[in-house]
Amino acid sequence: MAEFFEATAGTAAVERRDARRRLGFGVRGFADRLFALATLGLGLLILSILFGLALALLFGSADSIQKFGLRFVVSTDWDPANDQYGALPFIYGTIVSSLIALLIAVPLSLGTALYLSETAPEWLSRRLGFLVELLAAIPSVVYGLWGIFVLGPWLRDHVEPVLGATLGFTPLFRGPRISVSMLCAGVLLAIMVLPYIASVCTDVFRAVPRTQREAALALGATRWEMVRTAVLPYGRSGIIGAIILGLGRALGETIAVAMVIGNRPEISASLFAPSATLASVIANEFAEATSTLYLSSLMELGLVLLAVGLLLNVAARVLVLSAKRGEGEGR
Amino acid sequence: MISPAVAVSREFRRKLKSDLMIAVTALATLLALVPLFLVLGYLISKGASSLNLDFFIRTPRPVGEPGGGMANAIVGTFELVGMACLAGVPIGIGAGLYLAEHPLSTLGRAIRFAADITMGMPSIVIGIFAYAVVVRPMHEFSALAGAFALAVIMIPLVTRTTEEMVKLVPRELREAALALGVPRWRTSLSIVVRTALTGIATGVILAIARIAGETAPLLFTAFGNQFWSTSVTHPIAALTVQVYAFAISPFADWQRQAWAGALVLTCIVLALEIGVRWMTSGAARVPR
Repeated sequence: MAEFFEATAGTAAVERRDARRRLGFGVRGFADRLFALATLGLGLLILSILFGLALALLFGSADSIQKFGLRFVVSTDWDPANDQYGALPFIYGTIVSSLIALLIAVPLSLGTALYLSETAPEWLSRRLGFLVELLAAIPSVVYGLWGIFVLGPWLRDHVEPVLGATLGFTPLFRGPRISVSMLCAGVLLAIMVLPYIASVCTDVFRAVPRTQREAALALGATRWEMVRTAVLPYGRSGIIGAIILGLGRALGETIAVAMVIGNRPEISASLFAPSATLASVIANEFAEATSTLYLSSLMELGLVLLAVGLLLNVAARVLVLSAKRGEGEGR
Repeated sequence: MISPAVAVSREFRRKLKSDLMIAVTALATLLALVPLFLVLGYLISKGASSLNLDFFIRTPRPVGEPGGGMANAIVGTFELVGMACLAGVPIGIGAGLYLAEHPLSTLGRAIRFAADITMGMPSIVIGIFAYAVVVRPMHEFSALAGAFALAVIMIPLVTRTTEEMVKLVPRELREAALALGVPRWRTSLSIVVRTALTGIATGVILAIARIAGETAPLLFTAFGNQFWSTSVTHPIAALTVQVYAFAISPFADWQRQAWAGALVLTCIVLALEIGVRWMTSGAARVPR
């Protein structure tokens, strides 16, 4: 009898507790709200990281912005000894090295992506895709090390003489040959951004609807004509997005470039000459920057990098997302 | 009218062109993978010969003295990555849960966007951020600053994988738990996260592989150290920074050590990458 009363009392207590919880009161309702608040807080933390990043760089470079203004981005004078700072040599070096990288990497990545998505059988495509991803997994300092001791000397001894002999009439391929150069940085960057472009393009091609391909084939197209008339046009914005993504990687790549580019803040027409990029000069000089203005100028270089990176990332994501919208209908 | 012979030859040319272009794409794939094998080959041939027991148990020797190793740098890398995980894993998973539960809200979109942008940020810029936020107020390079930079790189990676993985958890599972009277927070942690745990763990391990190989954000935060140090408030050595410093040095002995260090570093990173993919049979992918 006593047990019965205890049991009903228990049920009543459970019912009361459930009612409280439904109304959002009580320990468990409180715990739920606390949990929701905690995840919200962590989400907001990510927003604040991005804002903090931009603010820290903006405040950090305030001195330099005040002193040099717009002159900073058009001046070629980088002279820490006299506290004069201009970013143009680095902007030039960043753009040219990234362009070389894209010139080499884009055709190769497109070929790779087409082979992986169109031609290779499933089992081979999976394995090759895995190897391409490994290419992206190798740390950049390892690429830099390989660049210093293997790629650089090889380019100097075997590639640059050929380029000089055939294209030496242009100022691009003239001048003394040393193992650290703009060309070496560009080639190394090409190797490093290729897996990013290739893997995004593979996804984009796979998202091309089956009906598009079948329509082309049904009209009598050969396999290549199918690719040219159905796959490539359909994936155009995705390809452009992938290239911009690769460009973003190339612009911001730091340590490997710092190791092979030679770090000379001069604009030289020759690709055989050493140069420097925004990221490489920050890596080289930041820890040793002695004056406040010096440090502030380096931070402003970082700010330029941040602004460019922001723009490219937004553009790339919009393009890739719109291209992958058809996902699931593909193969 | 086209004569049959011309039609056949045109057909043949088109077919030939198609086959040729397909061969070109295969060749491009081959060419793209050549550097992978070259880099790995050089690493093994140059690194393995410089690798010995001393490398794992000794600290670097001054110039001119042969021998020495990178024991302090190996420990430093583990310490930096460990500290970054301590902050990065819970924050990343929590934020990922938020994104999965509020996929379409304005705030959710904004946070997802911020995570994607931070993910694509050049890592050197994140190094400057860590310098401004941690090194400057402390007036010293420190392991803490290095770990902060690595955590900032790690958080968006973990967030986005968690979100993707949690979205794969069937709705019915969550509803069943709620119907049984399990409170929401416990449903999230012990049903949803638990179900998605393999995927989340994969994401975390891939993020670890990524930050273990970072050099640029450590240059002026953790700074590197030639001596034993595990203090969080002092400069600390890291494998990547040590390899960088030795690689650009003019001394043959140090350059040999750089190859050995690069081999060890690559082995760690690739073991994590390959191990994870092998265990999950290639299903998991980290968003880039």
